[in-house]
Amino acid sequence: MQVGLKVKRFDPTDSGGKTWWQEYEVDVHPDSTVLDALIQVREHVDGTLAMRCACRASICGSCGMKVNGNAKLVCKTRVVSLSPNGEQLIIEPMGNHHVVRDLVITLDTFFDQINRVEPYLQPSFVPEHGEYVVSNESMENLLKSMNCIMCGCCVSDCTVLEVDSNFIGPAAFAKAWRFTEDPRDSKRDERLKALNDEDGGIWDCTRCLKCVEVCPKGVDPMDLIMELRESAIEAGNTNTHGYHHTESFYKSVKKNGRLDETRLAIDSAGWTNIPRLLDLAPIGLAAMRRGKLPPLIPHKSEDHKKVRELYDSVEGESK
Amino acid sequence: MYEHDVLIIGGGLAGLRAAVEVSRAGTDVAVISKVHPVRSHSNAAQGGINAPLTDRGDDWESHAYDTIKGSDFLADQDAVVIMSQEAGEAVLELERMGVIFSRGEDGKLGTRKFGGQKKARTFYVGAITGSAILQVLFEQSLKMGLNVYEEWFVTRLIIEDGACRGVVALDIKTGEMHTIKAKAVIMAAGGAGRVFEPSTNALICTGDGLALAYQVGAPLMDMEMIQYHPTTLARTGILISEAARGEGAYLLNADGERFMEKYAPDYMELASRDVVSRSEQTEIDEGRGIDGNVLLDLRHLGREFIEQKLGYLQEVSVEFLGIDLAEQPVPVQPGMHYIMGGIKTTVDGETSIPGLYAAGECANVSVHGANRLGANSLLDTVVFGRRSAVHALEYIKGVGTASRAEEDLAFEKTRLQAILDRPKGERSAAVRDDMARGMTKGIGVNRDQATMEGALENLVNVKSRLPGVSVEDKGKVFNTDLMFALELEFMVDCADAIVAGALARKESRGAHYRTDMTGRDDENWLKHTLVYKDGSQEHGTRVETAPVTITRWEPVERVY
Repeated sequence: MQVGLKVKRFDPTDSGGKTWWQEYEVDVHPDSTVLDALIQVREHVDGTLAMRCACRASICGSCGMKVNGNAKLVCKTRVVSLSPNGEQLIIEPMGNHHVVRDLVITLDTFFDQINRVEPYLQPSFVPEHGEYVVSNESMENLLKSMNCIMCGCCVSDCTVLEVDSNFIGPAAFAKAWRFTEDPRDSKRDERLKALNDEDGGIWDCTRCLKCVEVCPKGVDPMDLIMELRESAIEAGNTNTHGYHHTESFYKSVKKNGRLDETRLAIDSAGWTNIPRLLDLAPIGLAAMRRGKLPPLIPHKSEDHKKVRELYDSVEGESK
Repeated sequence: MYEHDVLIIGGGLAGLRAAVEVSRAGTDVAVISKVHPVRSHSNAAQGGINAPLTDRGDDWESHAYDTIKGSDFLADQDAVVIMSQEAGEAVLELERMGVIFSRGEDGKLGTRKFGGQKKARTFYVGAITGSAILQVLFEQSLKMGLNVYEEWFVTRLIIEDGACRGVVALDIKTGEMHTIKAKAVIMAAGGAGRVFEPSTNALICTGDGLALAYQVGAPLMDMEMIQYHPTTLARTGILISEAARGEGAYLLNADGERFMEKYAPDYMELASRDVVSRSEQTEIDEGRGIDGNVLLDLRHLGREFIEQKLGYLQEVSVEFLGIDLAEQPVPVQPGMHYIMGGIKTTVDGETSIPGLYAAGECANVSVHGANRLGANSLLDTVVFGRRSAVHALEYIKGVGTASRAEEDLAFEKTRLQAILDRPKGERSAAVRDDMARGMTKGIGVNRDQATMEGALENLVNVKSRLPGVSVEDKGKVFNTDLMFALELEFMVDCADAIVAGALARKESRGAHYRTDMTGRDDENWLKHTLVYKDGSQEHGTRVETAPVTITRWEPVERVY
């Protein structure tokens, strides 16, 4: 079958860097992957197209790139799935990374993030003989994170990294989770505290779900970030805006059956955090001018008693 | 110019395990690899790693014998004994570093069954064992702040007074060439699967390490021993792990028969890989295949089991063929997977060149002989990766570094520039495809004098086209086109040695199955083939032989 590719090219040596789009048309087997098509281009049409690829079996993590706007491992993306009627495919390098050339991005961004979470086992003791004795369930649980092949797709499409390059990033959090949940590791509390306190830490995730959507290995980084938040709170880390935000949300819905947005903003900032409250003031005033300021005294929802019953029932179950 | 005490070429399991050992000794070490370490092909090892643990009722003699029998008695028994004896500690050490091996009810490491072995002794992480171990060794490398020249491509070994003292390499990201001097170099650059087409191997497995050593005079041993894995997906050659059969999957022919009953009644689907691949080929050749495939049936294992224990297999089967393993059998065929042959080394990883060590798939110790057992390759990498490092640490005492590195650098710069300057000719991919298809045709699951001579003839043609291969990309930054041209030269060297070894061995043994000489000939051929690069010979190769070390197990007929 014929497939059309529109590839974003970048040549760093051409007077400070030149970007352009190039279109290719190749004939591929109907079961082909996008990688097969790109290899076809590289081998038979244009030898100057630079990209990374190795295993062709979605295990080495080399061939992450954007296809039609979303990060994908092109070796496990079949052409027909995106182009059932011969639609042209748009191929770009991954986002949130610097581009080296064409579809090749620098690896530093990704691995610097990984390095921030002390990504290695830190046990309190090492058995002299034999292995650590731990349950199979506890190890199989870690498979979720060990399935990560460090392809960088989640980092590419992370909407927080787009505006804050200091965010630790979904892949590194998934790696961190692997150690906080590993019963052999002795630094759980320290790790959770660091992930909680650090600038760019777990509370900066906006829960946009993009990393879950694009992860080609089912790691679901955002779910692991949410687990890290819960664990951090359970471990007594209640000093963050994130925690206050969560708590305020919980309380106002429990009390009123709906969200008290004014209180949420103030609770999250902290009642004594004057600089942060002053930051919020212009937003509040602007909202007021446009009649969008939430009521200062919250309305209760009609069904707030039912909401309360739901809380009691769920909390009863979990006890 | 850079300099280290020990330089390791390759960032897969053998390379990283060696690096951990050198680093622990407080010695200056660096890894150089044409890909980032976590992209290495060790990732692709799925099923597990073998170790006979005495506290699980196993013993090293049993593992050693299974390995030797699997090798069709071509493995050196002293080397196998070392591997079997060190296996337990090697695997436990990986666990203590952080590998999340599957456990039994008692919380200790659990095992699964693998082919050619009497006992279940394969330790595993789902169907991602290689990846899970590589990630942990990479974590260790981060912890110790290992120097890694990532995406640097070694083009030449520096040899001074007969000893290896470093490398010349191309920094792929900048296009600049550099020398890295070292007192010892450990070659851990992996296999040469791309010499064949199709192959389960990654596109990066181009035999660079084998060829680099071969070019400076190290002999390649038993290169004719090419492993065809019994279960690879049609067309793409993607691997379906032996773990499927280890966990109980059946192989069926077009008539729905478990045909292994005819060929290996005791071991059935879990006979040695060469035996199973050959049996499949016979079924296919005799008309009981389905479009050149047989069927691998996992349905009776149940969805939950498949998804928990063999999740990655389900992933690739669904993604690449649209087949749900819990619902439908998957068509598979024998596919080129591994090279038992490699740079001849001692049990301490020493090659014939002082200062040059080799470990992992590029090396041949020899522990795999004529056929490697599944899950022995990961074991080979960590045991002999470590041993190479230990020996290299001793060796470097009292050794100086190179003084002539600059000459080699200048030579390589000129050579690469000449390749870039060639007038427009053939693309490297076209020549590689012709080479690789010719190799698969001639040096296949079954072979005979005529097919092997066909492979040789094809190779002569391919070599005549090499000087006409041109590089379209004239840029410096990330010029993969230039790399492919260099890799092609490496692959052709490997192909030369494979064909020479195959034509030399006048018998059938393990993976070298000749339909015109079906018997094993212990009287004349219980020996290794050694191929040397020799420009004075007609095809550039000289074949010698070396005795096999037999310490306690006399060769007997191999029945499964």
